[in-house]
Amino acid sequence: MAIIKVKELTRNYQRGAETVRAVNNVSLEVETSDFLVIHGASGSGKSTLLNLLGCLDNPDGGEITVSGREIFKPGMKLSEGTLTKIRRENFGYIFQKFYLIPTLTVFENIVLPGVFYCKDCKEKVLARANQLLAELGIDKRRDHLPGEISGGEMQRVGIARALVNNPAILLADEPTGNLDSKRANEIGEILTKLNRENKKTIIMVTHNQDLAKLASRKIELSDGQIIFPPCPGQSKIVHNQSTFL
Amino acid sequence: MINIYQVAFKNLLRKKTRSALTIVGIALSAWVLVSLFGFNNGYEHSLNRDIDNLGYQMIVTAKGCPYEAATLMLKGGTGLRYLKENLTNEIIKNREVEKITPMLMQVVLDPNKGESGGLAAFLGVDPATYPAMKSFLKFQEGGWFKPDSQKEVVLGYEAAELEQREVGDIYLIPEKNIELKVTGILKRTGTQDDGTIFVPIKTLQQAFGKTGQVTGIGIKVSKDADIARFEDKMYNLPDVQVVSLIQVKQTILNLVGTAKVMVLSIAIIAIVIALLGVINTVLMSVLERYQEIGILKSIGAMPLDIFRMVWTETLILCGIGSLVGIVLALLLAQISDLMIRRIIPYAPSGVLVQVDLSLMMFTLLVMVLIGLLGGIYPAWRAANIRPLEAIRAEGE
Repeated sequence: MAIIKVKELTRNYQRGAETVRAVNNVSLEVETSDFLVIHGASGSGKSTLLNLLGCLDNPDGGEITVSGREIFKPGMKLSEGTLTKIRRENFGYIFQKFYLIPTLTVFENIVLPGVFYCKDCKEKVLARANQLLAELGIDKRRDHLPGEISGGEMQRVGIARALVNNPAILLADEPTGNLDSKRANEIGEILTKLNRENKKTIIMVTHNQDLAKLASRKIELSDGQIIFPPCPGQSKIVHNQSTFL
Repeated sequence: MINIYQVAFKNLLRKKTRSALTIVGIALSAWVLVSLFGFNNGYEHSLNRDIDNLGYQMIVTAKGCPYEAATLMLKGGTGLRYLKENLTNEIIKNREVEKITPMLMQVVLDPNKGESGGLAAFLGVDPATYPAMKSFLKFQEGGWFKPDSQKEVVLGYEAAELEQREVGDIYLIPEKNIELKVTGILKRTGTQDDGTIFVPIKTLQQAFGKTGQVTGIGIKVSKDADIARFEDKMYNLPDVQVVSLIQVKQTILNLVGTAKVMVLSIAIIAIVIALLGVINTVLMSVLERYQEIGILKSIGAMPLDIFRMVWTETLILCGIGSLVGIVLALLLAQISDLMIRRIIPYAPSGVLVQVDLSLMMFTLLVMVLIGLLGGIYPAWRAANIRPLEAIRAEGE
């Protein structure tokens, strides 16, 4: 079952007098429990596509459906508040630069989404945060500030924060971009486990070939269009990773 | 679990110096505000008390007669005009009069005063009525002369110092060679009473050949009396002038009003500066956390959550700053008092800056409201940060 469906998605940016089409007529379906990697050169539109899929941006054209709910279609625009609700009910975000709050401890950073979202389920959020601390191997860092832990640990905290509300979909934009290869592999293992054991749908933008190999599907963008897998006019889901990796 | 208010508080700890300076700015404004309103309360209260301490609110004198010791001194003791003492009996018939006391002022040149002589001011008072009307006068030594006494004298604090007299000593009225026994020396009052030599009125009248004459009649008006109407009634008496201390008080309050406007202007400027400081601090903090706030929105914070968080930061700054300012105002009330005494044209004795609980609560409320007002714009800016803009700033 497709958890995300996009059809003929277009996004333009104005760069001076020039209009740049960052995402150009992309159609795509992401199945539940997919591990999809979006690949491409810098400026190819992969982060723009990820942001559109994660309801962080409005497309100029096309349609998006998330968990069966229409998010965008011609003539329809949801308010920022509604989009926030959709985001927090469906998505967890992992960022390259972690973006942890420097004045909050590891544990406080993890429960932060619960502060805004899960106001009446405090116990549930706390229990889940404790579980994630243990699962991600950062329970000893619980009361440390972000400045006191390593980059790999920071990204684990970032992943725990993304998971604390138990979203169905994880969006990761270059999650290992700030890490050395050893830490990057550890993060890759965590994401694989989340996908295979916890059935999380993962959509990831990465330049890291080793990390890309862990995905079950891959698409490659160039000038805002899907160029791999090759299919005239539209993108095509590739189910067998060995065919493109 | 951590809540949004704790997140806001911890945000302020990032730039401790900046937050501290902002708090100092707010504290100074709160201090000025508390001191100003405290002055508003204290000044009028002290002035009323001083006027009450005079014992009478109204003096009836002969037309054109100087009625104050300082004026008499300036005129070298000349220019006195007299009223008939029996006018007292006429005035006391008015139901507005609670108490009444006749007074005779005389000033003479005392050749023994200083190197080339000086003026000595005598106030002839009625031993039966004057002490009762000025019951607040305290004695350093001794007491008032007896009601039927003729040859006794009471010295004001400075007069006693100058004459170097103690209770039991003899005082000689210059030029008149009349000996009087010192029965009491008053404590310092900070008023013209300090330099005055009080003598039984009959003795002074005889000594200066003014039998049956007075220079002034002090009147204490009953509390429910219509003072303006009574004043008009007094003016119907022939050849009198009425000096109402209500008028004096009003004149002083008008003079002080100018100083108050100046201080209020300073307070408003201080508040505006503090307000701009708060806006600047919180706005800077928001702009520095631009990406972070965008990320918070992407992980589930609604615009209202962000608005509340940033507004709470403003509230914390203003709350702490106001409390510090109020404590400062309490601790430095005496310094404020001294500073204000230097600015204003006339300062009554007693506490000029009166700080009470209601004033402290009022100031806290005003400062917090001002802070909240100043926090609206930064909070609105933060609430409207689009998560995508923050994420795109991360780079593709």
